[in-house]
Amino acid sequence: MAYETFSLDVDADGIALVTIDLPGQSMNVWNETLMREFAAFVDDFCSNDAIKGAVITSGKTSGFLAGADLRMLGGQKASSMREAFENSFALNATLRKFETSGHPAKKLERGEATAKPIAAAINGLALGGGLELCLACHYRVCSDNPKIQLGLPEVQVGLLPGGGGTQRLPRLAGLQNAAMIATQGKPVDPQSAKAQGFVDELAPADEIVSKAKAWVKANPKSAQPWDRKGFKFPGGAGAMDPRAVQFFIGANAMAQKQTQHNYPAVESILSCLYEGSIVPIDTALRIESKYFTKLIASPQAKNMIRTLFINKQAAEKGEQRPKDVPAQSLKKVGVLGAGMMGAGIAYVSAKGGMNVVLLDREMAYAEKGKAYSQGIVEKGVAKGKVSKDKGEELLSRITPTTDYDDLKDVDMIIEAVFEDPQIKAEVIRKTEAVIGNDVIFASNTSTLPITGLAKNSERPDQFIGIHFFSPVDKMPLVEIIPGEKSGDRALAIALDYVKLIKKTPIVVKDTRGFYTNRVVPPYLNEAMLMVKEGVKPAIIENAAKSLGMPVGPLALVDETSLELGKRVMESTKKELGDDYKPTGVEDLLAVMVDKLGRLGRKSGGGFYDYPEDGKKRLWPGVAEYFPEAPQQPSLADAKDRILYAQLIPAAHCFAEGIVPDPQSADLGAIFGWGFAPWTGGPMSHIDTIGMDAFVRKAESLAQKYGERFNPPAKFREMAEKKETLYTAA
Amino acid sequence: MTEAFIYDAVRTPRGKGKSDGSLHEITPVAMATQVFQAIRDRNGLEGDRAEAIEDVAMGVVSPVGEQGAVITRTALLNAGFPETTSGIQVNRFCASGLEAINIAAAKVKSGEADLTIGGGVECMSRVPMGSDGGAWPVDPSVAFKSYFVPQGVSADLIATKYGFSRDDVDAYAVESQKRAATSWKEGRFNKSIVAVKDVIGEPVLDRDETVRPDTDMQSLGALPPSFAAIGEFPGFDAVAIQKYPEIEKINHVHHAGNSSGIVDGAAGVLIGSKEAGERLGLKPRARIISAASIGSEPTIMLTGPEFAARKALKKAGMDRKDIDIWELNEAFASVVLRFMQALDIDHSEINVNGGAIAMGHPLGATGAMIFGTMVDELERSNKQTALITLCIGAGMGTATIIERVN
Repeated sequence: MAYETFSLDVDADGIALVTIDLPGQSMNVWNETLMREFAAFVDDFCSNDAIKGAVITSGKTSGFLAGADLRMLGGQKASSMREAFENSFALNATLRKFETSGHPAKKLERGEATAKPIAAAINGLALGGGLELCLACHYRVCSDNPKIQLGLPEVQVGLLPGGGGTQRLPRLAGLQNAAMIATQGKPVDPQSAKAQGFVDELAPADEIVSKAKAWVKANPKSAQPWDRKGFKFPGGAGAMDPRAVQFFIGANAMAQKQTQHNYPAVESILSCLYEGSIVPIDTALRIESKYFTKLIASPQAKNMIRTLFINKQAAEKGEQRPKDVPAQSLKKVGVLGAGMMGAGIAYVSAKGGMNVVLLDREMAYAEKGKAYSQGIVEKGVAKGKVSKDKGEELLSRITPTTDYDDLKDVDMIIEAVFEDPQIKAEVIRKTEAVIGNDVIFASNTSTLPITGLAKNSERPDQFIGIHFFSPVDKMPLVEIIPGEKSGDRALAIALDYVKLIKKTPIVVKDTRGFYTNRVVPPYLNEAMLMVKEGVKPAIIENAAKSLGMPVGPLALVDETSLELGKRVMESTKKELGDDYKPTGVEDLLAVMVDKLGRLGRKSGGGFYDYPEDGKKRLWPGVAEYFPEAPQQPSLADAKDRILYAQLIPAAHCFAEGIVPDPQSADLGAIFGWGFAPWTGGPMSHIDTIGMDAFVRKAESLAQKYGERFNPPAKFREMAEKKETLYTAA
Repeated sequence: MTEAFIYDAVRTPRGKGKSDGSLHEITPVAMATQVFQAIRDRNGLEGDRAEAIEDVAMGVVSPVGEQGAVITRTALLNAGFPETTSGIQVNRFCASGLEAINIAAAKVKSGEADLTIGGGVECMSRVPMGSDGGAWPVDPSVAFKSYFVPQGVSADLIATKYGFSRDDVDAYAVESQKRAATSWKEGRFNKSIVAVKDVIGEPVLDRDETVRPDTDMQSLGALPPSFAAIGEFPGFDAVAIQKYPEIEKINHVHHAGNSSGIVDGAAGVLIGSKEAGERLGLKPRARIISAASIGSEPTIMLTGPEFAARKALKKAGMDRKDIDIWELNEAFASVVLRFMQALDIDHSEINVNGGAIAMGHPLGATGAMIFGTMVDELERSNKQTALITLCIGAGMGTATIIERVN
């Protein structure tokens, strides 16, 4: 029989070599065709006496198999839970048949039947369903390349390994190893996989197939360990073994601590490990598929797949890039200003393979900017994350200078000087005097409108805004801000640059604060208003963490400093004049900053104290100035308030076109200010809540706390028309 | 309804619940057997008269291994009781012994049986705590839903939430030791204690083994907190705070010296109707006024006694002022301090003879032991009413109110 997704080659010994090689794809994945064809092959394998055994490998140099096609998973539809279960169970059924040659477990256990030997020759990365296929084999030979990743990353999109991963991995490697791999989603290298017991042999890449065949030939009567009499989990299992009991008690607590109950996939994986370790494998696989069915039916997995994978990749591949602008290679960039931001931008640019001219007023400043990269590289070398040679190569690409003439042959400018329109104007003028006519000038700013800055440029069509987040080397998001006169080419080149430095771009409108800085301040203000009202600070911080925010809003205020908050507020007030709407926290900031000198983390502490010899603790003194209210909000109410304080401003940004689409709003929120990733972003979350329920909730919060919670008119209309933000699944 | 009267209460001394404890060589069946024999013999129920004891309920928290398979019936047969006496094992975690009494009393009140024994047994040195497994902390679907944390973390959560410092809980523990020592010195437990005998009939223990009369603030102050480490890793503090977001950080104040000790022991109480007592010539000592069990929030877990006590008072149509003395199992010092705070009880009115911090907490037996202690104490101090209660795993609480009748 001929298959489209793999080749089949039966040798003289009757050993079938299955080489998976999806046509027209750079990487093997479980898609519908491979699932169908592999099931057909397994049927043939079990019934065809001419085939004595099988070796599975991949025809791709990119790896073995990277898991399920996420688009297929994200779009799965079933008319009933029963049908959804049948869909989920299909791969389990195929792999189970494959490992047993179709014999019932009881017959194998009693020795009344044996399975034909099957081995995996793992030539490269095997993730998710790829690794699960290997685990269903009786023997695994892996190429000894330490860069190969073996893992079960499904948890990162709100799913569990549904191809037997939660059952076979613990049976080979023990519950603890399996839990680490499946609940964290982090891959391991072949060496540690072998140490953990789920890879049997390491060999040079060109020998893995012959070694796998040799094993198959030598073991004509095979069966999985769990199909043999007397099988025991390594390290204990079940509800009574004290080792397993201790493990689960600890794992349950750790998982709750880490997930704040926001990731049902983690709980489901632990349930599969627990329940599956009490029963035989056939029952265990059904249990796994049932938990999988539950997860895939929930909005969370769909939201996470859509935002964290599909839309993120699309944005990074340049979905917003004007298509007809020809690609231009960026070999050398000029970074203006070697302060905190410039230094970080220089580092990521050099890391992205570009040569960097790092310019500042004085050589000492420029050198200091380069020293920032040196610090990162040295840390990386010490931790073994980067080789010394590669680190030095990276550093050699950064040239500190004070001389504008050094910019004359750069392909692009990233300006990151002090946020002062006059200083920026001077730098723009000096730079444009030396750079080539077609060099795009990108200005990094978090506050200044790009259209205004572009007025200083001789060629505003080549001028664009680019908003990096601090620290640049850690923060994944970049906002691209075309000014009124920015041309398509400026946008295209800016996106090309972001692609090189491997960050996630969103394109936003040129308004005060752009997108992220229009949402974060009202969110932080809401937290401070709660303090003012006498809500216990611990409730505020814990409610935010409970929502899945990485840090509490008061801790974030401390980080960015209350003083800065006060300054921004004052400058906004000055700029807007009579149009300024008081935020309600003016007096609180005045007390904290002016009266108490609690400016933030770096100076005097803020909402927290920062003892030198320990963890930060909430400053108890706040209650003296803003006494605790006798009636404290419930956790649910505090969470609603903190959640909607982000959802509403984000909704306004979308309604006003500051972000062009829900995708950008979601990406910007998660990667810009750490909005709870489990939601898939604020727009996804509004769809999950339901537009009507969202509008009603917002209105009730507006009644309770103030009109700032009112939903945008557009969202009210959408609720009336029963529309959703995302149309496709 | 028929009234349930208390005719007798006996208990073994409590032996240190480790392999070097005096009762470690005694099987749990032997211990329960000796309690049953003592009740029978002290009350002249030998021979055919023992048939009057119709049903026996015994608390046992780890009913597996040698404590499994309805140890009550096994021990009754072993004690030479008539075949007609039935037995049941009862598990309501730490209140099992009191619950067994309440069940035995309920059988009398309902007319199902006229004379019963309620009690409990636990040999923690031989059948360790947790031997029976259980889904609650282990099965992820349950542990997540119920925000499971171990009791020690719950006790520290109570201290943090209700403002008890390390000094507060230590001072309570010092007083418990002092009271236990005084009670032993004055012979306050003599009425109910039966020495435990070994296979050759020699007594191996005749007094509670873990009392440390010389305990003071200084010696307790040297002990490190027991639950800080598990609070941090795997992270039970974080789980508790998810349920109690008003708390920033849990203050870990409990340690071996202000928590109940792990011990071996057994106890039993003879309960019957007025008529049964008269028929057998038994003299009633107390009567059961009311009893109640409740469930409350399972993460903080150990604040249930307040609600159980309130419910028992309500069932009895009584006010807290109507209770002369209170007995709350000293699982952890903060449990008692919170109870006192919630019901406005002075320390002089509660756990007057010391408690489990000094004498230990043989899980399944404790409820019956402190019940007997109250029967004795009402007589000794010439008081009228007592309320006995225990905090219980998973947020439950059980309470019983008794009144002296002689």
